[in-house]
Amino acid sequence: MEAYTALRHFADSWALLGMTLFFLGVVLFTLRPGSKSHANEAAQIPLKED
Amino acid sequence: MSNMNYTIETVALAVGAFLALLGVAFAQDSQFAAHMWVLFFALFAGAVLLVRRANFAPASPAQKALRQSEYFDEVVKYGVIATVFWGVVGFLVGVVVALQLAFPDLNIEPYLNFGRTRPLHTSAVIFAFGGNALIATSFYVVQRTSRARLFGGNLGWFVFWGYQLFILMAATGYLLGITQSREYAEPEWYVDIWLTLVWVAYLVVFLGTILRRKEPHIYVANWFYLAFIVTIAMLHVVNNLAIPVSFLGVKSYSAFSGVQDALTQWWYGHNAVGFFLTAGFLGMMYYFIPKQVNRPVYSYRLSIIHFWALIFMYIWAGPHHLHYTALPDWAQTLGMVFSIMLWMPSWGGMINGLMTLSGAWDKIRTDPIVRMMVIAVAFYGMATFEGPMMSVKAVNSLSHYTDWTIGHVHSGALGWNGMITFGAIYFLVPKLWNRNRLYSLQLVNWHFWLATLGIVVYAAVMWVAGVQQGLMWREYDDQGFLVYSFAESVAAMFPYYVLRAVGGGMFLLGALIMAYNVTMTILGYERRENVPGATPAAALQPAE
Repeated sequence: MEAYTALRHFADSWALLGMTLFFLGVVLFTLRPGSKSHANEAAQIPLKED
Repeated sequence: MSNMNYTIETVALAVGAFLALLGVAFAQDSQFAAHMWVLFFALFAGAVLLVRRANFAPASPAQKALRQSEYFDEVVKYGVIATVFWGVVGFLVGVVVALQLAFPDLNIEPYLNFGRTRPLHTSAVIFAFGGNALIATSFYVVQRTSRARLFGGNLGWFVFWGYQLFILMAATGYLLGITQSREYAEPEWYVDIWLTLVWVAYLVVFLGTILRRKEPHIYVANWFYLAFIVTIAMLHVVNNLAIPVSFLGVKSYSAFSGVQDALTQWWYGHNAVGFFLTAGFLGMMYYFIPKQVNRPVYSYRLSIIHFWALIFMYIWAGPHHLHYTALPDWAQTLGMVFSIMLWMPSWGGMINGLMTLSGAWDKIRTDPIVRMMVIAVAFYGMATFEGPMMSVKAVNSLSHYTDWTIGHVHSGALGWNGMITFGAIYFLVPKLWNRNRLYSLQLVNWHFWLATLGIVVYAAVMWVAGVQQGLMWREYDDQGFLVYSFAESVAAMFPYYVLRAVGGGMFLLGALIMAYNVTMTILGYERRENVPGATPAAALQPAE
């Protein structure tokens, strides 16, 4: 198989699945229970320093 | 700056100037020789300036220790001044270009033809104005949010001056007629290589500062800045893969051909918008809006989702620039679908930025800097609504190749990038130069209204112009012949082009007011005026 075709098949199968799962994982991790207090702390970072 | 010796730097500049002279002597074409003269004079002037500043007294250990402990803000100051300067230059060239379209006699051959001044305008506003704003603010923000001094010592200076040299070489190259004809990537191969070196140094400085941070968490603004730096590096290198015809000549040929070349170009072009003009400036938004309203961002978790969604989706949107071309249909549809999906992160981010003001909405009335930042985010929302709509194939069949696209780009660039940068500059200047406040807040107000009305005139006129063009091009009579010749559609644009120049002129005037205001602030003046919101009620409120 041509390299182009092989790469395209990989791109719209496993690579697409992998990226989608990573993205969903990031979203779920961000919204996990207990993350809110961490997030509120991080949001204060710019206001700590002048 | 004083008490420092730049021996290696001075020698490097002198050697560089000598090599540029050799480039002149052995140039394959007259354009390369002319360009090397420009390089020679720039490097020679740099070397002379450094020699004149040389100070042979060794720095005391106390000074050295102080220099290691405090923030490296000198380079940020230079960056702010460069941003204001290049902003005025870029907007001025924009008005000139607009007038050239309305009055073709203003095309002064060969150096100031539209074909040469147009990339001069786009590069000056995107890379010189926007790029300096991004470098300066990222250096400022990463130090504050990491609570660490900028990494790499004088490497920060190399990034700043190296980037100015890139701008100089790009700009003079366009006027000399040197271009590889790639949208937003016109500089030829040798200038591209130089930018790559500067950009790697930029990455080292930024990443190094993050790695030695004293704050455990990496604040979200730095994520956006880092995504901008890394992605631009990747886009720049791939898009500019080319084979030079000769080692000492300007001409090169792209490594790609045909539709692959076109797709590479627009993969670069659209992501220059997505990562240079969006991700980088969102870094600004997530730092400077919380600072100016003195409140944390509305939802930090939303900002993280905003980041990842933007990163994952933007990179696929480029093919929408190639609707109805030889690009395979599936790729066109892919570009369209991802562009439409971008509505979600864009509007999530816009809402996040605006809602940061919740509980402090009165500041829109009392603080013209906040007003500037809010209108920037509003324009971000409008431009990112309009863009996906235009990427829909049916809409694109009307809008493509018309001035509607130009109007869209400018509502994003002037409204979003321009306004958020102005807000950041007005925030930074009093802080960096240790002033109580800006020279004049009323002048900020003038700037705000001139710029806003200028954009409204510009965008509205370009909508009308673009839709009219699109409709004229597709108007058939009952015999199936086109009703209008192309030249007729060009002639019909005249009033719109004049009005566009008026809108751009107002925006330029606002920027000149900013330059005056910033200069007076740096010189230490304070205009006596009623500070908005602090007038009679001030006695009743506790001081800030």
